[in-house]
Amino acid sequence: MLRTFRIGGIHPPENKLSAGKKITALATPKQVIIPLSQHIGAPAQAVVKKGDLVKVGTLIAKAGGFVSANIHSSVSGKVNKIDNALDSSGYKRPAIYIDVEGDEWEETIDRSETLVKDCTLSSKEIVDKIAAAGIVGLGGATFPTQVKLMPPPGCKAEIIIINAVECEPYLTSDHSLMMEKGEEILVGVSLLMKAVNVNKAVIGIENNKPDAIAHLTKLAAGYTGIEIMPLKVQYPQGGEKQLIDAVIRRQVKSGALPISAGAVVQNVGTAYAVYEAVQKNKPLFERVVTVTGKAVANPSNFLVRMGTPITNLIEAAGGIPENTGKIIGGGPMMGKALVSSDIPVTKGSSGVLLLTKEESVRKPMQDCIRCAKCVNVCPMGLNPAFLMKYTIYKDWDLAEANYIQDCIECGSCSYTCPANRPLLDYIRSGKGKVMGIIRSRKS
Amino acid sequence: MILIAVISLGAIGAIGAVLLYAASKKFEVIEDPRIAQVQEVLPGANCGGCGYPGCGGFASACVKASSLDGMLCPVGGSPVMGQIASILGMEAASAEPMVAVVRCNGTCAARPRNNQYDGVKSCAIASTLYGGETGCSFGCLGYGDCVAACNFDAIHINPETGLVEVDEEKCTSCGACVKACPKNVIELRKKGPKSRRVFVSCINKDKGAIARKACANACIGCGKCAKECAFEAITVENNVAYIDFTKCRLCRKCVAACPTGAIHELNFPPRKEAAPAAAKPEAAKVETKEETNQK
Amino acid sequence: MENKLYVSPSPHIHGGDSISKNMYGVLIALVPAFLVSLYFFGLGALIVTAAAVFFCVLFEYLIQKFLMKKEPTICDGSAILTGVLLTFNVPSNLPIWIIAIGSLAAIGIGKMSFGGLGNNIFNPALTGRIFLLISFPAQMTTWPEVGQLTAYADATTGATVLTLMKEGALDKMPTLCDMFLGKMGGSLGEVSALALLLGMVYMFWKKIITWHIPVSIFATVFVFAGIMHLINPTVYASPFVHLLSGGMMLGAIFMATDYVTSPMSKNGMIVYGIGIGILTTVIRLFGSYPEGMSFAIFIMNGVTPLINSYMKPKHFGGK
Repeated sequence: MLRTFRIGGIHPPENKLSAGKKITALATPKQVIIPLSQHIGAPAQAVVKKGDLVKVGTLIAKAGGFVSANIHSSVSGKVNKIDNALDSSGYKRPAIYIDVEGDEWEETIDRSETLVKDCTLSSKEIVDKIAAAGIVGLGGATFPTQVKLMPPPGCKAEIIIINAVECEPYLTSDHSLMMEKGEEILVGVSLLMKAVNVNKAVIGIENNKPDAIAHLTKLAAGYTGIEIMPLKVQYPQGGEKQLIDAVIRRQVKSGALPISAGAVVQNVGTAYAVYEAVQKNKPLFERVVTVTGKAVANPSNFLVRMGTPITNLIEAAGGIPENTGKIIGGGPMMGKALVSSDIPVTKGSSGVLLLTKEESVRKPMQDCIRCAKCVNVCPMGLNPAFLMKYTIYKDWDLAEANYIQDCIECGSCSYTCPANRPLLDYIRSGKGKVMGIIRSRKS
Repeated sequence: MILIAVISLGAIGAIGAVLLYAASKKFEVIEDPRIAQVQEVLPGANCGGCGYPGCGGFASACVKASSLDGMLCPVGGSPVMGQIASILGMEAASAEPMVAVVRCNGTCAARPRNNQYDGVKSCAIASTLYGGETGCSFGCLGYGDCVAACNFDAIHINPETGLVEVDEEKCTSCGACVKACPKNVIELRKKGPKSRRVFVSCINKDKGAIARKACANACIGCGKCAKECAFEAITVENNVAYIDFTKCRLCRKCVAACPTGAIHELNFPPRKEAAPAAAKPEAAKVETKEETNQK
Repeated sequence: MENKLYVSPSPHIHGGDSISKNMYGVLIALVPAFLVSLYFFGLGALIVTAAAVFFCVLFEYLIQKFLMKKEPTICDGSAILTGVLLTFNVPSNLPIWIIAIGSLAAIGIGKMSFGGLGNNIFNPALTGRIFLLISFPAQMTTWPEVGQLTAYADATTGATVLTLMKEGALDKMPTLCDMFLGKMGGSLGEVSALALLLGMVYMFWKKIITWHIPVSIFATVFVFAGIMHLINPTVYASPFVHLLSGGMMLGAIFMATDYVTSPMSKNGMIVYGIGIGILTTVIRLFGSYPEGMSFAIFIMNGVTPLINSYMKPKHFGGK
């Protein structure tokens, strides 16, 4: 019996169209737009100004607070301007525009392909290097990695869990990374273990990627304390709390941090970025992005510099199909629908998914028949139908008493609802409201 | 037989009556009779515009308060406050009548849509998701959260412009729409003499060129109106002009100065000379619509 | 409109499940039971079922079109399902005019007066059935004997297992095997436990219902009736007889599991099932009616909102 999380879950069609495709590096564009807010927390503060010359890997913005991250230039060239740019949600946010000239890297970056296994740094030094490299959670949550590696006082990490489940349909960026950079990932995991002083790490991989499981299991024999755990395919296994439950059978309490269960969860892409930052001095300025969709001519996995417009990725994958109805940044379950394809790739972009018009349009909503299917699939053990009702009636007390704030916004409820009710739309809005009430009560 | 039934039922009834009487005596809540009197004169809409939970809450707050300063029933206005004051033997605080004003004139024609929203038709939900269907991420979304919030049927969506419009006859300035609007498009402004008002009907904080590109009727923050104003009522901040209604003397010079027609005038008689008013056909159209709506 | 991108909150895909798929799924699950009723009751079963489906759909259409003034949704299958469930709960020799009244009660009172599918408190088919049982007790409690394929209103009638039980005639019972296959008198869809269990397996497989409600009802009835049987076997029939007789199977599998009127959390479903089991057995053993299933479900329907607000689903990370 393969393990999985114990409450709810769904199994949408996997549609991993780009699985098995090699990672190809995408040509640098003429201009990159690098937003100052690519992570959760305070936006970074720009340290360059108009006309400055930058190289690949030059620090262009410093972390703007404790929960924040550095940002580095992904290209070499001249800063054109610092101005507002459209972000994925259609709002205009500050960004640095850089005109590309050549491809000159900072000298400190080790560009060779050789694997560097040994590391003599202390855990503090590793964490500092990760922070300097501006690494954030690459699964999509974009939480600054160094913050997660510093457990709050009173908490002790016991295990590192590497999230390699890639439970979102369509996306294959982590899968391709595991196939091509297996050794590097394992070194990265060892570094993370050293950073938080634990001697055990588990890499959780869903068993729809048997090649990745076999490949990493073979390689892991050469590393101490790293275990590869195949998991049953179940969405949303990539949710932090769900993964902890699946791997070590502990459920994080409502409102508590994962560290309270003794686990530090990192994405497999993050582990790779940690390897590059610590062993190769390479800050986070490029990542693997899947471009996919049923109508896309050539679904692919690209290695993309941050700030490249999404249009370039789509062009490289065969252009925008005729009847595209929706462009999604991320996967189909939790990704964001984009208002335009001019939006740049950021640290959190794991994929670009193009849906056809027919796939895009929602069906009309009907009355709730209380079939309880949303209750059965909710991975947090909530009653989405009631939470939606409480939100409509603005009954925030009841919503809080029924744990609306625990919703992880995985969308399983809306996906399942036979009456096509937009449960998550309402719950997300109610959750925001209740979180605000809770915060104001604390302060 | 019948007799037994009658007697037993009668007995049950009598016992019940005694119990009810005893309970009502024992648990009687002694309430200031003036609360009931005050509540009598209140409109009874329970809109919450006064800041208290319903008319009952406002009535008891009035009775408890030492003076009526700052207490206002926005629905009833001064007449009702006067009545309350006479019941309580206090001075009524005078209050300027207010009205809700929609500060967006990005009509369908002026503000082209560049994507199509397919989620729940709710401004609150759409605004947490993204900027909106148009290039302007500040203006009215048009899904009608304010319409749903209005207890007085005073605010409606004009299907032609896609914007909400306030029916000033019905508007009680309770402020429910202001709270409901996630974009803060709606503002309570002084109703003005003969309902005459001048206001900037835009809150787009983008730079002029960007705002203009997104919406032909946008305020571009050029500051011409501020220069024109003789009373220092207009300030331009974050690329958008704002008219302080406490300082505005309704001279309407700014309306003529605005290059995009973002400043609206309401309920004024038609201008005599045609020269400065030759601008804004768009603004004039919106006004006439609002006026026809007020019937 | 051309080439404007759609924007909506996540998720961007839907599983493709729909209300009508579930309704037609239940109808498919009812096919074996219908075939058995055709085999045992012949023409009568066909006429009664066709009439009930026709009237239910007709009333739903008329009410939605002319009273509620909205687009009729008769194609979603819920009215057909109500009609079929209503007939499965009545004798196969019931006159058509009574069925028409029952359909009106089911659709009009049971469903539409609350605002239509999803808003009703009580199971519509059950409302219709109880309405008929109270209004026409004579017609509703005389069941034709099995094997009269061409008879309808003129069918010879006989006693059911539960009537025999109430009368204390435990020795005149049909064999358990006959009861399991459905060779006994009763309402037209309730007789064959085998066919109904087949339907249940189908619904489990298609994930239309979960096991919680039927299994908890069966377990409760089995335990309760079993204890009574052990106390006095001559008065109280064996728990197997209870499980296989009357509307037990039909009620537990198809009526109690109605989405709208049953609780939403799994522990709530179990409480609901236990409640139905206890009430049914109490009515059967100590009440004046021979059958208690309909009333038990009806009462528990009324308790459902209360169960929903007290029995929350098991919360992640909770105790």
